[in-house]
Amino acid sequence: MSDAQVEVRNLQIDVATPGGGRKAIVSDISFEIPKGEVLALIGESGSGKTTIALSLMGHSRFGAHIAADVIRVGEHRIDTLDDRGLASLRGRRISYIAQSAAAAFNPSRTIMAQVIEPLLVHKLATRKEAETRAIELFRSLALPSPDTIGARYPHQVSGGQLQRLMAAMALITKPELVILDEPTTALDVTTQVEVLKTFKRAIAEVGATAVYVSHDLAVVAQVADRIVVLKDGRMCESGPAATVLEAPADDYTRSLLAAGNRTHDMPEAVAGAVKLEVRDILAGYGRIRDGRPAIPVLSDVGFTLERGAAIGVIGESGSGKSTLARVIAGILPAASGSIVLDGQELAPAMDNRSREDLRRIQFVFQNADTALNPAHTVGETLARPLAFYHGLKGADAEARVDELLDLIHLPREMASRRSAELSGGQKQRVNLARALAADPEVLICDEVTSALDTVVGEAILQLIDDLRRNLGIATVFISHDISTVHAFCDKLLVLYSGTAVELAARADFTGAAHHPYTRLLVDSVPQMDRGWLDRQVSEQATSLADLRLIPGLCRFAPRCPVAIAGTCDVLPPPYRTEGTLTVLCHHPIDALTKEDVIA
Amino acid sequence: MISRIASGVRTMPLSGQIGFGLVVFWLLAAVFGPVVAPYSVGAFVDDEVFAGLSASFPLGTDYLGRDVLSRVLWGARYTVFIALAAAMLAVFIGTSFALLASLRGGWTDELISRAMDTLISIPSKIFALVLVAAFGSSLGLLLVITAITYVPGNFRIARALAMNLVALDFVQVARARGEGPVHLATREILPNMIHPLLADMGLRFVFIVLLLSGLSFLGLGVQPPHADLGSLVRENLTGLTEGALAIIVPAIAIATLTVGANLLIDALQKGGRS
Amino acid sequence: MAAQGSSGVKNIAKIVAKRVVSAFITLFLVSAVIFTISGLLPGDAAQELLGQSATQEQVEALREEMGLNRPALVRYGDWLTAIVKGDPGYSYVANMPVSQIISTRLPNTLLLAALATLVSVPLALLIGITAAIRRGTTVDRSLNILTLSLVAMPEFLIATLFVLAFSVKLLWLPSIALVSPEATWSETMRSIALPVLSLAVVVVAQMARMTRAAVADQLDRPYVEMARLKGVPFPRIVLQHVMPNAVGPVINAMALSLSYLMGGAIIVETIFNYPGLASLMVNAVTSRDMALLQSCAMIFCAAYLAMMLVADIVAILANPRLRA
Repeated sequence: MSDAQVEVRNLQIDVATPGGGRKAIVSDISFEIPKGEVLALIGESGSGKTTIALSLMGHSRFGAHIAADVIRVGEHRIDTLDDRGLASLRGRRISYIAQSAAAAFNPSRTIMAQVIEPLLVHKLATRKEAETRAIELFRSLALPSPDTIGARYPHQVSGGQLQRLMAAMALITKPELVILDEPTTALDVTTQVEVLKTFKRAIAEVGATAVYVSHDLAVVAQVADRIVVLKDGRMCESGPAATVLEAPADDYTRSLLAAGNRTHDMPEAVAGAVKLEVRDILAGYGRIRDGRPAIPVLSDVGFTLERGAAIGVIGESGSGKSTLARVIAGILPAASGSIVLDGQELAPAMDNRSREDLRRIQFVFQNADTALNPAHTVGETLARPLAFYHGLKGADAEARVDELLDLIHLPREMASRRSAELSGGQKQRVNLARALAADPEVLICDEVTSALDTVVGEAILQLIDDLRRNLGIATVFISHDISTVHAFCDKLLVLYSGTAVELAARADFTGAAHHPYTRLLVDSVPQMDRGWLDRQVSEQATSLADLRLIPGLCRFAPRCPVAIAGTCDVLPPPYRTEGTLTVLCHHPIDALTKEDVIA
Repeated sequence: MISRIASGVRTMPLSGQIGFGLVVFWLLAAVFGPVVAPYSVGAFVDDEVFAGLSASFPLGTDYLGRDVLSRVLWGARYTVFIALAAAMLAVFIGTSFALLASLRGGWTDELISRAMDTLISIPSKIFALVLVAAFGSSLGLLLVITAITYVPGNFRIARALAMNLVALDFVQVARARGEGPVHLATREILPNMIHPLLADMGLRFVFIVLLLSGLSFLGLGVQPPHADLGSLVRENLTGLTEGALAIIVPAIAIATLTVGANLLIDALQKGGRS
Repeated sequence: MAAQGSSGVKNIAKIVAKRVVSAFITLFLVSAVIFTISGLLPGDAAQELLGQSATQEQVEALREEMGLNRPALVRYGDWLTAIVKGDPGYSYVANMPVSQIISTRLPNTLLLAALATLVSVPLALLIGITAAIRRGTTVDRSLNILTLSLVAMPEFLIATLFVLAFSVKLLWLPSIALVSPEATWSETMRSIALPVLSLAVVVVAQMARMTRAAVADQLDRPYVEMARLKGVPFPRIVLQHVMPNAVGPVINAMALSLSYLMGGAIIVETIFNYPGLASLMVNAVTSRDMALLQSCAMIFCAAYLAMMLVADIVAILANPRLRA
């Protein structure tokens, strides 16, 4: 027996196949974790990382079977314990923080009841003591109103808070091993930093050993002492974090690192005739009265885009970026404002646009799983727009389908497959090819890589980049990831809570001033550099009250580190323009920090 | 086709295979039963009423001394064919409305859904009774009445299915392409809901067999000289106290048909899920 | 928190009020459907009542008396107001007020339904929850086949088998369910035991299946896995985590299945000659007594809507998301 806190030797996990046999989903896994260290299990979807992590609690999903020479946590042999023995360890000595706190909390019980439950079921404290301890934890996890937040139900707190509350639930018994399963993946990038910092500190305070499951190397770089890289249920590489990140031995690790560290040389920005102009869009949901929707989402948003150029529209969830995409496509008609294509104004609603106008603007949806009709073959999917817009039938259509498949680098035989038989990346390529079949002039890509693994997503982005340059398609990229936008776009539009706070051109990405929110976004993207998280100062909310409900005022002000009391909470901010850069801020452009924002 | 069905049946659990056997048996009985029936349906062939099993009357005789086996084989034809046609009609109407409601949304959906909610608030047997009282119970009317009774139920299922599909991006893509409602309904949505719809049709078939037999049992369904399985139970009700076969056999015939169909559907649904 | 609490109560009151109003609107629409089908579409009720031999004058006089000469909307309006006031009209077939006919029958059906509910609800909960928490086991599979078969059984087969077993072979219970005011309590119980049992069997199967589905659905939620990973014992997971979330769907399943009671009652009351509302309705169809038929139908529909409403309200009260 080694003296490590956690020891796994020759772990193998298999599931029953429909044919009656068994198939290994995880095999030959061995690692050790010294006491108090954090081990990261890193890999893409299907790598088995969560499955391995859960086996440390003796738990498996979908009737999978766990076998190992040794699974040991402290003095407990997990692999030989019965259900009763496992139950006595779970939540007491080993605890779990799930990816989605929203799903992992019981919607019908108060937060307090769920947070103290591990103490109660293991009879470690009375209810009263447990509640006191929970409140202390809430306080140390920087939760707002720690004394009363426990009385609320899960739906009454925000996603970032819920994630921290789950940490409280996991840490309340002072466990010796904590398993964190992608705990920040569902959060916005600006929230992620805070949550990561709190987690890191809280785990260190308890002195627990931890297993951190993630697909994001940069996040892992901030928290892990050791790293195990996984692919298809097998270990590619393992070792101290510094070694794996700085001198990876395995090709796969290197490809993961390369996708994270983008060293993509940017060709010249495309400049040409204006193709698309979006002016003063006001849009939202509900009944429209006097040109204002009942629930406004976007106000006063506009930009221009040249033939073959790409604009990145960026913002966190709820910023209105997808709404803007839907407005341009006419799926959600704008309440006011206009969309001008080649100098000609389009009808706001797609129902009122001509077939030709519809053809010219094509939309690529985020999730290729739902964007492709499972009843149709790839060939049928691609042939339909050909017939619909171009009247192409028979052999002509088949020839064109082949060309399209060539264009997206898929073998021609794929035409007879249905979407269920394709991989995620292949689906997204077909999704893209369907839009290209229309010969579009404007392509709207709504988070097209967010459902894909990094390496696969990177290839799709590269493909779109090549196509828009070669075919001269003006492209609108909707994204939550500012580094993607910087790498692939000629322009940048930053949305915050439905308003455009910054519009910048490629030239401004380096060395120019930026809106404080853009700055926050850039600063929040984790870097591979291992000391990055520790250098991050906590987001300092100013003392300004939440003024988002008062129309016209800067919506970012309550979170803005440089907000000016007496100005930002009283006067609407002006648009300030200098060259190609426009920001919506009370600070003059000169006064805003100039620093590279290349992420 | 045949080989696909055979392999499908082979991989089913035993209950599904039994269900499949029963359903096939009754379908064959409905088609060929009258051809192979030993006696004519209305013939008084025995002096003894409510006779037990015998070589000449394998399932005994009824309250008028007619051959029970022959009458059951004829009765199955009425039950199976009316219920099958009614189930198809119910699903056709219900699903058409569901597609219309889900594609148009807004007021159209509100209106149709409200109307269907109203109809579904009338328990099916009560609704059928009111319809029979108002319009009578010829064979054609029974078909329509039993179908209408189960339209709202199918609408609900089909609308839920269609609404889920309409919300999916591929329908949005087709819409954004400028496709019309017919293409959306028949090419994008319907192919993706065909399996659950067929399962629902099977369930409606079971409900309709039960409703139709129930009505006939009450004397409000199939009228003489026609007789479905439910009518056979009713006409022999006087034999209940002596435990006559003539009342048990048609009742069990109905049960084997509906239970068989239910077991088959359950097995198919479970198989489709995994 | 106090402020939040009272706003929660207000919220709930608002939602409940909305459901109540919606139920009444549905009932109103149902009345329109029933009146249209049974009162307006079938043609001349007076002619039919008097038969082919009646003279034109006789028919005309009866039409006048029954109010058939007035416009459809007026007839519907009068009918509806009368029903709301508690006077469902006059049966020209039985020659007495509908209310009088119904008042002798309704309590019998209520007794039958109440007893069947009393028997079936605990049994269904037991079967449904057992099957759900033992998913995939032999117990679950057997219960599945059993309930699946029972829901597809015609009620008259179940009733017939009970009669054959308990009345014909064992001679334990009567096959005719007579209820008279003079009978003692135990006599009444004995005489309606078979109808209650027959009804309960049909309802239990349906209810148990829906209960299983509702509970099984909750057991698949991530919060259940989380509770397991906290070391919460399984019985506690079921009671404290799953049940609070399953209450709404389970109650809804109960209410939906109880509506099968009404359909079942029609057959069961007839087969046992039980003097209840359902067999009365069958007689009304046979004798084409539309006034009586409409009232019976309205009572059944109102009962169904009331049950669904109660289920809705319980589900709302059980859901913290609506409470706060």
